[in-house]
Amino acid sequence: MRSVIFRTVAPFLTGLMVLFSIFVLLRGHNAPGGGFIGGLIAVSALAIYGIAHGVETVRRAIFFHPMAIAGAGLFAATIAGLVSLVARVPFMTGLWIYPSVLGTEIPLSTVMLFDTGVYLVVIGAIGSVALSLEERGGS
Amino acid sequence: MEAWFSLLVGIFFAVAVYLLLSKFIIRVLLGVAVLGNAVNLLIFTGGRLTREVPPVITGGADVLAGPAANPLPQALILTAIVISFSFFAFLLVLAWRAYDDLATDNTDEMRVAEPVNEPAPPLGY
Amino acid sequence: MDAAALTFLALGLPFVAAAFAPALTRVLGHNAAWILALAPFAIFVHFAGFVAEIAKGEIITGGYAWIPSFNVSFSWLIDGLSLTFVLLISGIGALIVLYSGGYLKGHPQQGRFFSFILMFMGSMQGLVVSDSFLMLFVFWELTSITSFLLIGFDHGREAARRAALQALVVTGGGGLMLLAGLLILWNISGITQFSLLPAFGGELKESPFYLAVLLLVLGGAFTKSAQFPFHFWLPNAMEAPTPVSAYLHSATMVKAGVYLLMRLNPVLGGTPEWQILLPLFGVTTLVAGAALAVRQTDLKLMLAYTTMSSLGLLVMLTGLGMPHALEAAALYLVAHALFKGALFMVAGSIDHETGLRDLTRLGGLRSAMPLTFAIALLAALSMGGLLPSFGFLAKEEIYAALSGFDRRSMVFAALTMLGNALMFAVAFAIALKPFIGPKVHTPKHAHEAPLLLWLGPALLAVTGLAMALMSGLAHRLITSPMATAVAGQPRSVSVSLMPHIGVPLVLSGLTVLAGIAFYLNLARLRAAMTVILADIGWGPDRGFDQFLRGLVRFAVAVTRRLQGGRLDVYMTATFVLVAVVLLAVPFRYGEFPRAPFFSADVPLHELAIMAIAVAGLFAVVLAADRLTAIVSLGIQGFAVAMIFLLYGAPDLAFTQFMIETLSVVVLALVMTRLRLSPSDHRPLGEKLPDFALALACGLGFGLFLLKVTAAPFDATLTDFFNRYSKAVAHGENVVNVIIVDFRGTDTLGEIAVVMIAGLAILSLVRLRAGSLQRGEPVEIAAEEAKREERA
Repeated sequence: MRSVIFRTVAPFLTGLMVLFSIFVLLRGHNAPGGGFIGGLIAVSALAIYGIAHGVETVRRAIFFHPMAIAGAGLFAATIAGLVSLVARVPFMTGLWIYPSVLGTEIPLSTVMLFDTGVYLVVIGAIGSVALSLEERGGS
Repeated sequence: MEAWFSLLVGIFFAVAVYLLLSKFIIRVLLGVAVLGNAVNLLIFTGGRLTREVPPVITGGADVLAGPAANPLPQALILTAIVISFSFFAFLLVLAWRAYDDLATDNTDEMRVAEPVNEPAPPLGY
Repeated sequence: MDAAALTFLALGLPFVAAAFAPALTRVLGHNAAWILALAPFAIFVHFAGFVAEIAKGEIITGGYAWIPSFNVSFSWLIDGLSLTFVLLISGIGALIVLYSGGYLKGHPQQGRFFSFILMFMGSMQGLVVSDSFLMLFVFWELTSITSFLLIGFDHGREAARRAALQALVVTGGGGLMLLAGLLILWNISGITQFSLLPAFGGELKESPFYLAVLLLVLGGAFTKSAQFPFHFWLPNAMEAPTPVSAYLHSATMVKAGVYLLMRLNPVLGGTPEWQILLPLFGVTTLVAGAALAVRQTDLKLMLAYTTMSSLGLLVMLTGLGMPHALEAAALYLVAHALFKGALFMVAGSIDHETGLRDLTRLGGLRSAMPLTFAIALLAALSMGGLLPSFGFLAKEEIYAALSGFDRRSMVFAALTMLGNALMFAVAFAIALKPFIGPKVHTPKHAHEAPLLLWLGPALLAVTGLAMALMSGLAHRLITSPMATAVAGQPRSVSVSLMPHIGVPLVLSGLTVLAGIAFYLNLARLRAAMTVILADIGWGPDRGFDQFLRGLVRFAVAVTRRLQGGRLDVYMTATFVLVAVVLLAVPFRYGEFPRAPFFSADVPLHELAIMAIAVAGLFAVVLAADRLTAIVSLGIQGFAVAMIFLLYGAPDLAFTQFMIETLSVVVLALVMTRLRLSPSDHRPLGEKLPDFALALACGLGFGLFLLKVTAAPFDATLTDFFNRYSKAVAHGENVVNVIIVDFRGTDTLGEIAVVMIAGLAILSLVRLRAGSLQRGEPVEIAAEEAKREERA
C-alpha cells in the first residue's frame, strides 16, 4: 500500500477531496450533495491520508480530536435549531438572511449551519472510527 | 418493474435472514450489512420507482412539476445508510473485541452476560 | 393574592420545605424543627380560614387545567370532609415535625428525615383535597412512596427494609387497583372530578360495571387502611421511627382508605353490596385487631393493632347505612387522630427516655415523668370512651347508631362492644402500667421528656378535651360539615357530654365494665391469645414472604426458559414471528397479491445490475475465505448504489458508494485481526431449517412489497414536499431540504446516534484486551497516557 507514488500523491488527493467535500456540502441544498455525503467524502480523504502516511500524521493534521469535531458539529446543529426559538418560531424552523458582501448577495441560513453540523458529526464520528481501526490494524 | 424489485428484495431478505441465523459472528455481521440494504431497497421500492429524474427543482421553477423520483423515501434512506454503517462498525468492533477476549466466534459459547448456570437472585430483603 | 392561588401555594409548600430541610438541619441542628414546623402551621392557618364558610354549607373548588384534551385538571375540592382531614394533617403534621426534632436529636440523617416527612405531608394533603381522579391517584401513590422511605428510614436493618417493601407492595398494589376502578368510573361516566360525581350516582348504581368499580375501589381502600386480611403491613411498619408511626400509621396515611370510602359514600354507597362488604370487613378487622393488640407487650405494636381495630370500626360505620352511623364515623375519626397520635408520641417518649418499650418490663415512671403520665391518661380516657373526653362523644354516637333491636344491629353492637372493651383494656394498659407500681431498672436513667417531646402529645390531648367541653362549637364547625359531606345530605351532630339515659349509655357502661375486667386479666388474655395464634400457624405476614419468594422463583424460571442466552434461539424466534406475520396473516384474510407480472421491457443493463447484486449476495453466503466475503459484500453494495443512481436518487447513490467503500476498508482492517473463516461449518441438518426459515422470510417480504406496490399510491406527503421545498425552504434539492429543514429534528437525533455509536466504538477499541472476561475496570486513562507518550 505504501508505494512511493501513492505516498507522493496522497496529500494532494486528500486536499482535493476535502475541498470537494466542502463543495458538495455547500451545493447540497440545490443539487445532489449535502452534509452526509460531504462528510463521508472527507472521511475517505482522511482514511487515504492515514493509509499513506500513518494515523499519527493525520491526527496531527486535523489538530482536534475527531470526537471533538463531532461534538462541535452536534452543538452547531442544535444551535441551528435553537436560533428559531429566539425568533419566536417553532424549534428547527429555517431562518434566512441575505447579507451583501462586496456587492454579492450571500444567502446564509440556519439550515446551512445545521447541514454543516451534520457534516462535522459525520467527519468526526466516522473519521474517529476509521482512524482508530487503522491505528490498531496497522500495529 | 415492481415485480422484479419484489423478487430482488425477497432475495436480499432471504440472504440476510439466513446469514443472521448462523451461529458465527462473522456471518451474523455480514447478515446485518445485507439486511440494511434489504430494508433500504424495500422502502425505496415502496415509494414507487421513477427512472432517472432526481427530485431536484430546475430551471428557475418554484415547484417540482412533472414526473420525478419520490424524495421522501430517499431522505429516509439517506440517513438510514449512515446510521446502519455506524451500527455495522459498532458490531464489527464488538465482535472483534469479543473474539479477542473470549477466543471463540461461536455465539453459543459467548455467555458472559447470560452465563449457563447463573445462580438465582438473592431472596432476602 | 386570591384564595385559589394561596391554596395552590399551600399544596406546594411542604415540598419546598422538604427541599430546604437538609440544609437547614445542617446549619441549625435539631432546632430546625421550629422553623420547618412553620410550613405545616401556615397551611393549617390557611385552611382554618375556610372553616366558617364550610360551616355555612358551602363547597370550595378551584384549580388549573392540566391535560385539557383529556379533561384532566389539577383541581381541589374543599368541603367538610377534606377540610377536617387537611386540618388534622397540617395540625398534627406541625406537632410531629416538632416532636421529631426532639426524638431524632443528634441523628446524622435528621435533615433527611424532616425532608421525607414533609414530602409525605404534602402528598397526604394533596390526596385529601384532590378533586380530579388522576390527581388523587398521583398523591395516593406518592404517599405510598414517601411512606416507603419513612418506614425504611433505618435502612441498615433488614426488618426495616422488609417492612418498607411490604408496605410499598401492599399499598402500591392497592393503588393500582384504585386506578383501575377510577378509570372505569371515568369511562362509564365521562366525569373526572369528585365534585361532579354525586349527580351521576344513581345512574352508576344501575350500571353493570358498578360491582367492578366497587371491588377495585375497595381493594385500594382496604390495603391502604389495613383491613383484614391486608392488615399485616401496618404492625410491621412500626419499624419506622416513632414520629412516623404517630403520624402515618395513626392519624393520616392509614386513614386515606377511610377517606376514599367516605368521599365515595354518596356515589357508591347505600347499595346492598356496600352495606354488606364494608361492615363485614370492618367488624372483622375491629375484632381481630383488638385481639391481636392484647397479645402484644411492645407499646408500639399494641398501639398499631388497636389502630387497625379503629380503622375497622371506621370502615364498618361508613358502610353500616344506619342513622347516626356516619356522624359517629366523623366523630370517631377526629377523636382517634387526636388520642392515637398522642399515645404514639407518649410511647415514643417512654422509649426515648428509658430505652425500653416492653410493657412487662416497665413500671413506676409516674414520679420521673409526671407530665407524660398526665398526657397518657388524658389520651387513654378518650380512647376508652370515658367522660369527659371527645372519645366519649364518639362512643355515644356509635352506640346510638347500633341501638336498634333488629338482628343486624344487635350482632354488630355485640362485636363492637367486644372490640371496644379490648381497646379500653389496651388503652389503660399503656397509660397506667408503665407509670404505676414499683420503680424498675431501665437501660437509660428515666427523667421527664424535653419540651419538644411533650409539646405535641400534650396539645393533641388537650385539643381532644377542649373539643369535648365545647362540643357545640366543635360540632358546628367540624363534625357536622364533615358528616354532611360524607352523607351527601345535610346532617347535624348534637351529642354532648351530658349523658342521656338510654340504650347507648347502657351499652357504653357495659363496654367499660368489660374493659375493666379485660384490663385486670390482661396477662391471662395474652397467654390465651398466644396459644390460639400458635394453633392457627402462619398468617398473611408469612404468606407475604412466601408470595415474594414464589414470585422471584417464577420470574427466574420464566427468564431461564425465555431468555436462555443463546443468540440463535432468539434470532430464530424473532424471524419465525416475522414469517408468520408476513405469510399467515395475508393467508387468513385472503390478501395475497395477484400473480406478479414480470414485464419484459426492462432495459438489459438494469437486469444485469440486479443479477450482479444477486451474484454478490450468493457469493457472500458461499464465501470460504475472508477476502471473498468482503469483496462480495462490496459487490452487492455497489450494485444497490447503481440501482439508486438509475432510479433518480443520486444522493443515495453517492452516499451508498462512500459507505460501501468505507465498509470494505473497515472490514478489511478488522478482518486481518479476526483470523476467522466466514464459511458456515455446521452440519447440513442444522442449516436446512435456517434455510427454510430464510426462504419463508424472503418470500414474505417479496409478497408484501408486491401487495404494497399494487395498491394506489398516496402522494400527499410527496406533493407537499415538492410544492414547498423551494417556496418555503429555499432549496431546490428536495431530498436535502427534507433532511435538513422539514425533518431537521429527526436528523438531529440521527446525527446524535451516529456520534454515540462513534463514542461506543472508540471506547471498545481502547478496551484493554481480556478485561471483558475478567470484569476488570477499564483503564482508559492508562491507555490515554500511553498514547500521549507516543505522540
